[in-house]
Amino acid sequence: MTDKSDPTTTRRGFLKAGLAAGGAVAAGGAAHAAGDPLITEIQPWAQGLGEGVDATPYGLPIKYEGDVVRRNVEWLTADTISSINFTPIHALDGTITPQGCAFERHHSGAIELRKEDYRLMINGLVDTPLVFTYADLERFPRVTRTYFLECAANTGMEWAGAQLNGSQFTHGMIHNMEYTGVTLRTLLEEAGVKPEGKWVMVEGADASSNARSIPLEKAMDDCLVAFKANGEALRMEHGYPVRLCVPGWEGNMWVKWLRRIEVGDKPWESREETSKYTDTLEDGTSRKWTWVMDAKSVVTSPSPQMPITHGKGPLVITGLAWSGRGAIARVDVSVDGGKNWKEARLAAPGQDMALTRFYLDHDWDGSEMFLQSRAIDSTGYVQPTKTQLREVRGLNSIYHNNCIQTWWVKPSGEAENVEVS
Amino acid sequence: MSKYRNLVIGTALASALMAAPALAEKLGLGRPALPEEVAAWDKDVRPDGLGLPDGSGSVEDGEMIFADSCAVCHGDFAEGVGNWPKLAGGANTLDHADPLKTVGSYWPYLSTTWDYVHRSMPFGDAQTLSADEVYAIVAYILYSNDLVEDDFVLSKENFLEVEMPNADGFIVDDREETELPLFTAEPCMENCKDTVEVTMRAAVLDVTPDIGEEAAAETPAEAEVAEAAPAAEEPPAAETAALDPEMVAKGEKVFKKCKACHQVGEGAKNRTGPVLNGVFGRTAGMVDGFKYSKVMAAAADDGLVWDHETLSAYLENPKAYLPKNKMSFAGLKKEEDRAAVIAYLRSFD
Repeated sequence: MTDKSDPTTTRRGFLKAGLAAGGAVAAGGAAHAAGDPLITEIQPWAQGLGEGVDATPYGLPIKYEGDVVRRNVEWLTADTISSINFTPIHALDGTITPQGCAFERHHSGAIELRKEDYRLMINGLVDTPLVFTYADLERFPRVTRTYFLECAANTGMEWAGAQLNGSQFTHGMIHNMEYTGVTLRTLLEEAGVKPEGKWVMVEGADASSNARSIPLEKAMDDCLVAFKANGEALRMEHGYPVRLCVPGWEGNMWVKWLRRIEVGDKPWESREETSKYTDTLEDGTSRKWTWVMDAKSVVTSPSPQMPITHGKGPLVITGLAWSGRGAIARVDVSVDGGKNWKEARLAAPGQDMALTRFYLDHDWDGSEMFLQSRAIDSTGYVQPTKTQLREVRGLNSIYHNNCIQTWWVKPSGEAENVEVS
Repeated sequence: MSKYRNLVIGTALASALMAAPALAEKLGLGRPALPEEVAAWDKDVRPDGLGLPDGSGSVEDGEMIFADSCAVCHGDFAEGVGNWPKLAGGANTLDHADPLKTVGSYWPYLSTTWDYVHRSMPFGDAQTLSADEVYAIVAYILYSNDLVEDDFVLSKENFLEVEMPNADGFIVDDREETELPLFTAEPCMENCKDTVEVTMRAAVLDVTPDIGEEAAAETPAEAEVAEAAPAAEEPPAAETAALDPEMVAKGEKVFKKCKACHQVGEGAKNRTGPVLNGVFGRTAGMVDGFKYSKVMAAAADDGLVWDHETLSAYLENPKAYLPKNKMSFAGLKKEEDRAAVIAYLRSFD
């Protein structure tokens, strides 16, 4: 049993190993008296032959990146079938999340549903209830769009205090993919929505039958019935063969294995929009229909899983920012816990409801830092501090925690999840 | 040849505007849904009762059905087992530090319970309950929350008369009024505060999973679960050397489906299902301290022994092999999965 009272005894073997290796790399990068053997001696890969084509018909990352994987926090849920894991955002760069490491959330497990067995029904308040096959969907005019999906519970374990040590665990219930599919509007217009239709209910084909109510206005605006992600078919765990995208809104509404769309005049108040995904305030009342994901950002490196291993000098501080209300307009970074802020460099101009990558090119003096990032979106919304959020929402909201995150980077380069005054 | 033609077409398309497709008229794709198809899939129920089928069920019947179909995870009294959801209790705790949200204390609409039980439960055996059974289960959940008497019968007719305690406990998202004004001020860039003190540290709590280890994280609250977690890294014992290690490894993956309810390995404990150490080759229903279903106990009395043949048949379709047994699991349909998981279980003999 580890002594929980003293942080220095925690079992962070990986971190120590990482730091030791980092030291070696730093030394190796410098010129030896006799020259770097990696340069002066012929290496096996420069002499022999590598793998031929077709050795791996569909490739995985090279073995040296084997630790960049989704991870589960076992104590969060009763089992792995109705559970969640986390995207290794600490180790990724750019904005697109590869499907193979994009976090999973299932309510009755990821199912194997063949395209040939796939049916999509539209019923309810429509002129003609319709059934589409997968092949039918491929014949509708197609669009391609990039969107983030964030679980409403992302950062939810951090309401009461700093809890999990790593951006993967504090902020990894998110991914960002380029989706291809048909707009929901196109399909609804094919069925013909009756004037009294004001809501749609979207339902999945798996045993959980996850069902969410969406206002017709959103359904007709930008929702996407997607069958491709990042150019390839959806992976099983992301809803193969067809999932719904509800841009900027909480991930639970992005129903996977989408099998039915019902048009109605009122919301359904299903389990996932009453008993779950509602946000309890300090006085015991709860907000419902909190669909939009507020603007948010996090420094992904340095962070607890990504210690600084090179000592003082040039340091790339990088992270991700996003907003469900629009595009990221600006990201500020602080190295002193929010006393002073610098505007970060965006890798590309922010896109609506998609991840934005930011960089701050920093000259680290080797002293401790309290790293924070603060997103500002195109509507002028400024990511709040945890104190600001708690003042409005208390500690029991579970969902929609978009507070500013602090990493305490020590002179050793190690980082820890902390809260600061 | 065709390669070049495609290139030309692609170039022409690229020059078009990257806008959403503009549809002038319907495309005539898909086909009309048949009434029986809509009826088969459209099972949802709304708070106003839309979608509720005819039927009824009593608390008394509900108690028995609940014990058979729900109690393995939710407990005999809907109090919840382990990390599985608690369905009863928690009255007046919503403004407490750690609110207990149950059907009774939190759920605003009874229709939600009916709809969810009917469409999504039991876990691993969804959509198998009749309308009357669902009425009975919902009646029992109400009874477990002290909301109805023990002679209560829930039916389509009296459904809307049931009052849920937290029906008025919800407000529609008000962030636009309560938060946007606070969170849209021009942010401070310099000398924003005097001091920065650490007020909370994650390393003190230490609940982060160890990277590179598969062992469960230990937390003060879940220490019992963690201590009971299977030692997955344990090498197979010497006497099981005859087992194909590849099969055992494959079986370990298949066993993920079982881990929700069963533990195996050193320190394994009974959870919603019995410990599976040594299950291969022994008589059914023999784990100390586990309450088996009547049919499993009867099968044990009749001398059912778990060998490859019987285990494989049971795992293929648990409900067909032993009707009314407790295991809410759809089954392993692939022969290779069953063989693998049996090999894995044999490694814990």
